[in-house]
Amino acid sequence: MSKKNCFHCGTECNIHKIEFDNKVFCCNGCKTVFEILNQNELTCYYDLENTPGTIPSEIKGKYKYLDNDNIATKIVEFNDGQTSVVNFFIPSIHCSSCIWVLENLHKLNKGVKVSMVNFPKKEVRITYKNDQITLREVVELITSIAYEPYISLEDDDRKLTKINRTLIYQVAVAGFAFGNIMLLSFPEYFEMDEYWLNRFKPFFRGLMFVFSVPVVVYSARDYLISAYKGLVHGILNIDVPISLGILVLFGRSCYEIFSQTGQGYFDSLTGLIFFLLLGKVFQQKTYSFLSFERDYKSYFPIAVTKIHINKTEENIAVHDIKKGDRLLIRNEEIIPVDGILLNGNALLDYSFVTGESMPVIKKSGDKVYAGGKQTNAAIEMEVLQTVAQSYLTQLWSNDVFQKDNTKNIKSITDSISKYFTMIILSIALIAGIYWFTIDKGIAFQVVSAILIVACPCALALSAPFALGNMIRIFGKEKFYLKNTNVIEAISKVDALVFDKTGTITSNKSSQIYYEGTVLKNIELGQIKALLRASNHPLSRMLYDSLTVEESKEISEFEEILGKGIQGIIDGSKLRLGSGSFIGAMEELNNQTKIYVRINDTIKGKFIFQNTYRKGLEGVFKQLAENMDISILSGDNEGERLHLKEILPSHSKVLFNQKPEDKLEFIKKMQLEEKNIMMLGDGLNDAGALAQSNVGVAISENINVFSPACDGILDATVFSKLPVFIKLSYKTMSIIKISFVISFLYNIIGLLFAVSGNLSPIIAAILMPISSISVVLFVTVSTNIIAKKLLH
Amino acid sequence: MTIIFTLIVVSLIIAVVFFILFIRSVKSGQYDDLYTPSVRMLFDDELVKKEVSDKNITN
Repeated sequence: MSKKNCFHCGTECNIHKIEFDNKVFCCNGCKTVFEILNQNELTCYYDLENTPGTIPSEIKGKYKYLDNDNIATKIVEFNDGQTSVVNFFIPSIHCSSCIWVLENLHKLNKGVKVSMVNFPKKEVRITYKNDQITLREVVELITSIAYEPYISLEDDDRKLTKINRTLIYQVAVAGFAFGNIMLLSFPEYFEMDEYWLNRFKPFFRGLMFVFSVPVVVYSARDYLISAYKGLVHGILNIDVPISLGILVLFGRSCYEIFSQTGQGYFDSLTGLIFFLLLGKVFQQKTYSFLSFERDYKSYFPIAVTKIHINKTEENIAVHDIKKGDRLLIRNEEIIPVDGILLNGNALLDYSFVTGESMPVIKKSGDKVYAGGKQTNAAIEMEVLQTVAQSYLTQLWSNDVFQKDNTKNIKSITDSISKYFTMIILSIALIAGIYWFTIDKGIAFQVVSAILIVACPCALALSAPFALGNMIRIFGKEKFYLKNTNVIEAISKVDALVFDKTGTITSNKSSQIYYEGTVLKNIELGQIKALLRASNHPLSRMLYDSLTVEESKEISEFEEILGKGIQGIIDGSKLRLGSGSFIGAMEELNNQTKIYVRINDTIKGKFIFQNTYRKGLEGVFKQLAENMDISILSGDNEGERLHLKEILPSHSKVLFNQKPEDKLEFIKKMQLEEKNIMMLGDGLNDAGALAQSNVGVAISENINVFSPACDGILDATVFSKLPVFIKLSYKTMSIIKISFVISFLYNIIGLLFAVSGNLSPIIAAILMPISSISVVLFVTVSTNIIAKKLLH
Repeated sequence: MTIIFTLIVVSLIIAVVFFILFIRSVKSGQYDDLYTPSVRMLFDDELVKKEVSDKNITN
């Protein structure tokens, strides 16, 4: 039997494959999507890209809550009674076929008027007629073709954020004025005393003045304001010398044209502001499909099903849950609050919270914590705590999350600008006094020329371009940073703290090994046959790991939820499951295991163990050279010995850490003047990530949830972590070198200025040359070191 | 040569008009999503082709 890939999603089909219309599908879900699209003549979906689909998830009643008007109004963006507009985030959007099919929703349902995809943001905006289709039907429609929208508690108190485009307008104004002024000032550079030129002079100069006013007043506004604020607080930031330069340039130019003594420096002025703003634009690299600000709200559901005493079900908003309520949690739903399991078998996946990929079994009467995703049949639970007071969500009441998000680090440019400003001011003062004793008229010119030429344009541009370029290089290598400050922060890091589960261990692959009486191949085949019938995630994992040929005959199969499976295969009675189910003594450690019993003998157990990420040892070895490494784990000490083996000798390893403990650990280290980079993955690391100097979330799939952080590292490039840190160091060295270069330009300019020779044409040449050469230097050199270190 | 005055004023008016148009297009959100329209443009062909072939079948 040849292996084939699913026509819809491209997954390799195993024995469960379904054939339909001469095509193979890996599961019923994929086949259904194909049928829907086929019936509606939308199979063009499959022509645009090969196997564009994803496996649809089963929803059965999951979106019933959207019929509740209170909840629906929170999600719908606009509703005038007849038409509604709704905007969904759909993580599974990934190719052009996705865009095509989502924009042709009106062919699937007449109620949909328009649907527009924003691909970079993975969003679709749907306009629909209220009398033809409801919100719930819209959601179910797109879910049926495997584009399930991501609706979470975050949508509940979503503020409509306006996109801020001020910077673009400022650049546009500056660029427009700069271009025009440059053309207008050319004639005077080339011809000095020509009849016509002299007639046009006042007109040209007047126009230049008119163009420069909006640039100073509007485009340069932020620099002036920031410099003013800095001075008020007694800080000499980089904007102080810039603003000084801008104001002096503008003042002197106005004086020159109104007193008719010269043409002024309007072209240098507008050029300077234009280049500075370009640097700002370049620095603002955003990843529209990522969010660095998420908390538990973007993971928790917006509504749950409450069961009344008279057994009726009602959908209520998560914020309205009260102590003592009975909730129904269906398969694939998330438990929003702490509570006690009343009935049903809970198999809870806490991977988003702890990073542990193995689901946990809970029996009725057990306490269940918020954040677990049920992966079994529906359960009922009684609420013990409201949302805000649950074990996990309490973490967010910590001060770290109230603080302003901008971690106060003084940037390298600002720290150098203090000295820079002082030096320039003293040079201006000395030169001014010197010339004052010789010629008062020249003294004014010299002082203003010094302030003009000292304007640290090149200096201010080197950091934005170096960091902006590096953040893009990181992004291409799948390390996404929130902003350019993070690179600077990384370069200062001297201690690393790792979470264990999900961070240094991999979620995807787990090792399975067997302990006990050796099993014969026939017995393994019988086990495999029994596993095949079960849908439990552990069964499926074990099934895939067994390579023997499975037995054919199976009878009296039974799955006891939360316990195990049993059946009769080739005449032997097999039982697989928990220790108590098999009759074996359960060892009380945190290992995930399946016990095996054939007829009356307990054969042994299969143990599932998380594997460490590839290259972990190498990463530790490289990092340990100049950094402290610590590991914080929420688990028990089972792995201590193993970890000690791969870790450098002086590292700390702490177990049984609660979310708050992790946060406190970071705080304590920071008191010892350490700059800490925290690497975590789950919600339980959120506090530590926020507290640390650099919080990096590791993610196996960057499209799904990751907690608030400064950077998101794709798990596939985990082994490159030391390289990223090294690149951050190198970037800072490049910035320092570029500072030296820009000082050299300043010195050349100053030589012209103090001798009283700074003509407008020299300023107009020197300024762009210094800026452009510094920008070229930093971009080229960051590219070169990145190439050298990354490949 | 005094015509230069008029020419410069006219050219500036035109330039300012285009500048205002640019600002307006930014404001309308035209440049917010630079990727999707480039893909969408190609679909229009696909759709037309499909409809034509459908008609051929039904006729």
